[in-house]
Amino acid sequence: MEGSIHYFVDQTINGLTLGAIYGLIAIGYTLVYGIIGMINFAHGEIFMIGSFLAFFVFLGLGLSGITWVPLAILCALVVTMMLTPVYGWTLERVAYRPLRGSPRLAALITAIGMSIFLQNYVQLLQGARPRPLQPVISGGIELMRTVTPDGSPYVVGLSYLQLLIIVLTVALMTVFTLVITRTPLGRAQRACEQDRDMAALIGVNVDRTISLTFVMGAALASVAGLIFVMNYGVIDFFIGFLAGIKAFTAAVLGGIGSLPGAMLGGLLIGLIEAFWSGYFTVEYKDVAAFSILVLVLIFRPTGLLGKPDIEKV
Amino acid sequence: MAEITANSRLAAAKGRLDTVAMLKEAGLTALVMFALTVGLVGFEVRDIPGGLALFTRFDDVAVAVLLGFFGRMALFLLREGHPRPVAIIGGPLVLLLVLVLAADVWFTGAGDVAASESIRSWLPFNSIIVVWVIAIISVFIAARAILAIRRASSTVTVEEREARADHVAAQVQKIGRYVGPALLAFALLYPFLPFVNRQLLDISVLVVTYMMLGWGLNIVVGLAGLLDLGYVAFYAVGAYSYALLGTKLDMSFWVCLPFAGFMAATAGVILGFPVLRLRGDYLAIVTLGFGEMIRVILLNWYDVTRGPDGISNIPRPSFFGLPFTRRPPEGTESFHTFFGLEYTPVDRLIFLYYLILAMAMITNLFTMRIRKLPVGRAWEALREDETACRSLGVNPTNTKLTAFGIGAMFGGFAGSFFATRQGFISPESFTFIESAVILAIVVLGGFGSQLGVIVAAILLIGLPEFFRELQQYRMLAFGAAMVLIMVWRPAGLLAHREPTIRLHPRSGPADKTAPQSAE
Repeated sequence: MEGSIHYFVDQTINGLTLGAIYGLIAIGYTLVYGIIGMINFAHGEIFMIGSFLAFFVFLGLGLSGITWVPLAILCALVVTMMLTPVYGWTLERVAYRPLRGSPRLAALITAIGMSIFLQNYVQLLQGARPRPLQPVISGGIELMRTVTPDGSPYVVGLSYLQLLIIVLTVALMTVFTLVITRTPLGRAQRACEQDRDMAALIGVNVDRTISLTFVMGAALASVAGLIFVMNYGVIDFFIGFLAGIKAFTAAVLGGIGSLPGAMLGGLLIGLIEAFWSGYFTVEYKDVAAFSILVLVLIFRPTGLLGKPDIEKV
Repeated sequence: MAEITANSRLAAAKGRLDTVAMLKEAGLTALVMFALTVGLVGFEVRDIPGGLALFTRFDDVAVAVLLGFFGRMALFLLREGHPRPVAIIGGPLVLLLVLVLAADVWFTGAGDVAASESIRSWLPFNSIIVVWVIAIISVFIAARAILAIRRASSTVTVEEREARADHVAAQVQKIGRYVGPALLAFALLYPFLPFVNRQLLDISVLVVTYMMLGWGLNIVVGLAGLLDLGYVAFYAVGAYSYALLGTKLDMSFWVCLPFAGFMAATAGVILGFPVLRLRGDYLAIVTLGFGEMIRVILLNWYDVTRGPDGISNIPRPSFFGLPFTRRPPEGTESFHTFFGLEYTPVDRLIFLYYLILAMAMITNLFTMRIRKLPVGRAWEALREDETACRSLGVNPTNTKLTAFGIGAMFGGFAGSFFATRQGFISPESFTFIESAVILAIVVLGGFGSQLGVIVAAILLIGLPEFFRELQQYRMLAFGAAMVLIMVWRPAGLLAHREPTIRLHPRSGPADKTAPQSAE
C-alpha cells in the first residue's frame, strides 16, 4: 500500500495542508526578521491565540444554533483577524520597542519571556486540557479510488476543508504580496528593511511601519490558527511552541527575510513532515524538522532564496 | 542638571493639560485592553457532561478595561507633570485596596475563612494573586505621584536610574566579598538550625540544585555569551547516564558521577562542534532544537530509556559505601549502625543536601578561578567582540567549544544528582520549560554574577515551593520578569561589570577613596 501512487497523493495533500499553516506562520517570522533583524520567538504563541479565538467563535456559534458553515467561517475569520493582531501590536510595543538597538540576544530573551508569558496566560485562563471541536466542514471530492491488497476500498480525496485551506492560503498570499509590492505601506516596509535610519530621514514613520509589520504577521498567523482548529480539531495552550519552531525552520529553509522563501519553506517543511510520518516513523517527525533546521543553518545559512548576510564591523 | 530640566519642564507644563491627548491615549489603551481580554478572559470553555460549554467573564473584562483606562491616565498625568490629581484621587483608592487586602490576609491568618471569602467575592477576578499584582502596581504609581509632589519633579532620567542601579550592584558586589563566606557558613550550618524541618530541607536541596545549574549555565551564557536554550539536554544526559549505569550495571553513584559529567561534556562538544560557528540568535534556536531532539529520542527509544515510563529504582548514593537504609543486609553496615546513631530518615536528606552543596560550591569555585585563566579571559573577550578576538588570534570555535563542554559537564553532574535524589526519571522532567527556568535564573541574577544566581534561585525556585498558590503563576511571572528585566536593566538585576584586568592597576589608597567620594 505504501508504495502506491494513491498513498503518495494522499500524503502530498496532507503535506500541502500542513505546509499552508507553516507558510502562513513563517511569513510573520520572515517579515519581522527582515525589518528589525530579530527572531520573534513569541510568534508561535500568536498563532496559538488565534486558534483559541477561532475556537471560541466556532463553539459559540455552534452552541447558539447557527450552523450555516460559510457564515461561521467568515465570523471566525473576521474575529480572529481583528483581535489577534492586537496581541502582535502589544507584543512589539511592550517587549521589543524598548529594546531596539540593543544586542540581538537581549531581544531574543524578551521574546522567549513573552512566549512563556503568553503560553501561561492562556493556560491559566483556559486550562491545560486539550479542547476538541466538532468538524466544521465535512465531505469532499473523490480523486482516486483503488482497492487495498486485503480487499477494502481505499479512496484518495480532497476534502472541502483542504480545498478551502488551499484557496484561502493562496488568496491571502496573493493579497499579501500585492500589499508588499504595490502599496505605500509595502514600500515603507521595504525601505525600513534596507536602511532604517535612511528611511526615517526621508519621512518614513519607522515605528509605525514596524508596528504594522507585526500586525500583518499576526493576522496571517491567526488565519493559520483558524486553519489549524478546523483541520485538526484539537487545540491546547502548547501548540504554538512546536508550530512556531517548525515555521521558523521553514523561514530559515526558504531564506529568512525573503517572502517567497517563507512560502516555499513552509510548503517544503509540510511535505517533508507528511512524507516522513507517512513513510518512516511518526514519532521522530519533530526530529526530522529540527535536523533540517540544523543542516540548513550549517550548510546554507542564507536558505534557498535568501540573500547573503554580510556582517559589518 | 537633570533636576533643573525636569523642573523647568514641570513649570512649563503646569496649567496646560492637554485633555484631548490624555483621553485619546487612555481611550486607546482601554481599547487595546478590551481586544486583549475579550476573547481569552471574556470566555471560558469548561467541560460539562455531554460536551463543552462556553461561560462568560465579562465583568473581569470590564474591570481590566477600566484599569487600563485610568492607569494610563495616571501615567499620562505623571509624565506631563501633574502628579497632584493622581495622588489626590488615586491615593485613597489605593489605600482602600491595600486595606481590603490586608483585611483578607488578617482573616485568613486568623482562620476566619468565611470572612475572607466574603471579602474576596467583592473583589474582581477569581484569583487573589491578580488583585495583589494590581495593588502592587497601583501602589507604585501612587508612590511615584507623592514622590513627584515632594521633589517637584516626576521624571528620573534613564542615566540617573541606570547609575543608581549600577551603584547598588557595585555595592552588593563589594559586600559580596564578605557575604559570600557568611552565606557559605550559613549554608553549612543550615540543616542543624532549629527551625529547619524536613520540608524546608527538601526545598533547599532543590534550590541548591538549580543554583548549581544556574552556575553551570552561567559559564556558557554569562561568561562566553552563548545563549543556550537546550541546557536541559545535558542535564538529561547526565541523569540518564547515571540511571542506566546504576540500574543496569549496578555501579555506584560515585563511580558514575565523573562518567555522567564526561558523557554530558561529550554530548556538549559533539552538539556544539557543528553549530558554534553560527551567529548568536541562530545558535540559540539550534540549541533549543537539540534539547527537544534529545527529549524526543529519550521518549521514543524504548529499549534503552523505557520511553515515557522512565527509569525507576535508581540506586541511592552512599556515604563512603555506607547506605542510608534502616536495616542493612546481613553482614554489612549502614550509616547509622556504623556511627552508632539512632536511625532517622532525615539523615539521607542531610547527606543529599551536603552533597549538592559541595557540588554547587565546586562549580562556583571553578567558575571564579577559570575566569582568571587565559581560557576564561578568552571567553569574556569573545563575548564582547568576536571579530576583534579573531584578529588577535583567539580561535573562536575552540574557545566556545570549551565553554560549551564545561557548562555541559556541570549540567551532567547536576543531572546525575537529580537522578539519585529522585530515584526515578522520565523525559517529562527535561522539557524546554526546564531550560527556560534555568535561563531565567541566570538572566535575572545578572549574566556572569555568581551572587545573582543565588538570589534568583531562591526567589524563583524557593518562593513558589513555599506558597503553593503562587505555583500556577510561577511560569507566568518568569516570563514577565524576563521581559521586564531585559527592558529595564538588560545586563541583569545584580549586574555590575568591572574590567577583569586593568592595564594600570589602581593603587591601594586610591581604590579606597574613590567609592567614598562618590557617596
